[in-house]
Amino acid sequence: MHNATLTELSRRLHAKEVSSVEVAGYFLERIRAASTQLNAFITVDEEKTLAQARVADARIAQGGAHRLAGIPIAHKDLFCAKGWRTTCGSKILENFVAPYDAHVIERFNAAGAVILGKTNMDEFAMGSSNENSYFGPVKNPWDTRAVPGGSSGGSAAAVASRIAPAATGTDTGGSIRQPASFTGVSGLRPTYGRVSRYGMVAFASSLDQAGALAKSAEDLAMMLDVMAGFDARDSTCMERPKDDYVGGLARGVKGLRIGVPREYFSKDLARDVGEPILAAIDAYRRQGAAVVEVSLPNQHLSVPAYYVLAPAEASSNLARYDGVRYGHRAAEYGDLLDMYCKTRAQGFGAEAKRRILIGTYVLSHGYYDAYYLKAQQIRRLIARDFSEAFKACDVIMGPAAPCVAYDIGAKITDCVQMYLDDLYTIPINLAGLPGMSIPCGFGDRARPVGLQIVGNYWSEALMLSVAHAYQQATDWHTRMPAAFA
Amino acid sequence: MLSLEEIHRLARLARLELSVAEADDMRAQINGILAMVDEMRAVDTTGVAPMSHPQEVTQRLREDRVTETDQRELFHSLAPEVEDGLYLVPKVIE
Repeated sequence: MHNATLTELSRRLHAKEVSSVEVAGYFLERIRAASTQLNAFITVDEEKTLAQARVADARIAQGGAHRLAGIPIAHKDLFCAKGWRTTCGSKILENFVAPYDAHVIERFNAAGAVILGKTNMDEFAMGSSNENSYFGPVKNPWDTRAVPGGSSGGSAAAVASRIAPAATGTDTGGSIRQPASFTGVSGLRPTYGRVSRYGMVAFASSLDQAGALAKSAEDLAMMLDVMAGFDARDSTCMERPKDDYVGGLARGVKGLRIGVPREYFSKDLARDVGEPILAAIDAYRRQGAAVVEVSLPNQHLSVPAYYVLAPAEASSNLARYDGVRYGHRAAEYGDLLDMYCKTRAQGFGAEAKRRILIGTYVLSHGYYDAYYLKAQQIRRLIARDFSEAFKACDVIMGPAAPCVAYDIGAKITDCVQMYLDDLYTIPINLAGLPGMSIPCGFGDRARPVGLQIVGNYWSEALMLSVAHAYQQATDWHTRMPAAFA
Repeated sequence: MLSLEEIHRLARLARLELSVAEADDMRAQINGILAMVDEMRAVDTTGVAPMSHPQEVTQRLREDRVTETDQRELFHSLAPEVEDGLYLVPKVIE
């Protein structure tokens, strides 16, 4: 059952070959068995999950239920789900029980999907290795010595090990695509504004976007179909009808123009990653796509600009954690100011503190123009590079990360090097574009490699069909780590 | 390069208590990050309009009506300290 696609699970549930309670019970058992090896979940609540599964079974019995009805979905622990502890990977929210549902959770609930649990993540989605979680690092199911990537590392590890059929994630600088690449699963970050951010714990509001991780492009299409759509409660969610993501999957790639940025295959890219990427692009060529060279000349400025803009927005967003209305409060303190300072010192981890301080600095009097305004101008240059490139191509392809998953502890002491590793994912967030990563092979030590597919604004349907075409011709996406078979 | 004094000033602005050892580490790391950021500052961006947001949209307006229901008790149940229906903080005014 754990290798079944969402389509197959849906068919079996609707044919009453299996009940939602049985499916949920099966995956809960797999989560329990893998918990010490992977640490992929922060919160599992069997009673809540099974209660929701019983409701789903009743809906299916009545007939006419949604195709995701009864299917358990894991959610990154920054989506508020009413009655569920929602920690965002932080001590400061360790005991926070969400009083309402995020838009994304509402949509899955309305479809009759079942909440399987809340997945581990880097604190406040700040990190690329999942080592910044207050609840301990997540392990990569392909090799438990390795990181799963981050910040949606728990969701990625859960899907890769088949302890969850699919999962939600968020992507502010690569937090869906990079862990998807490191764990050999398919991940989609939609266009900024495609999915409502209502009820998502905020990190950097002009960059955050919800998306999904699953075993295939087809499963991602089913997930996006539920998640996408207008929501007035997020003022940046666009009033734009969603497309037919599932119905459009089979359009093929004949005549598709694939842009390959000449800057992508530089010295920064490890050879064991570059080779599978080039082989995947060749496979597209054999299917009738044309490959054109494009250029993104300002791409190297994206990490510097991001590390001004994201911390600036984070320092503002994280100002709300004051120990007054919710979350952790220090046990001992003097006056009000001391209460704030001690509460925040105890509640935030090192990475969150670092970014709060950088954000405070770049927004402080006298530095605003030199840093924040400058970074916003660079952001414009990067977005323009993409609009130029998309005049010559329909999608852009390249790596999602410059290397395969590295060992836990290998990079955590050098934060600048870890930041620079996000050079292939961050430009997409700055421009607000949609991006995917799909498995396309293995590199050193048999660790997975992901092919990044970047589309123009609102082209998720095209991107999903492009990924689907590859997955019809290859079987990388069906591989799973032997230890969890 | 930020001095240790500047790190402590930023920490005060950000309402973060930092130990002496922590401030030392932060100083080294933040200076490393700012050195990386400096690559961006060398680029000529004269006349480039700052991009604050991925979509060129204006703030949506809505009808002015009550949309939230009263959930005072639920919200108070999440707070570290509540008394007589009010959030409790250390005394501010003598």
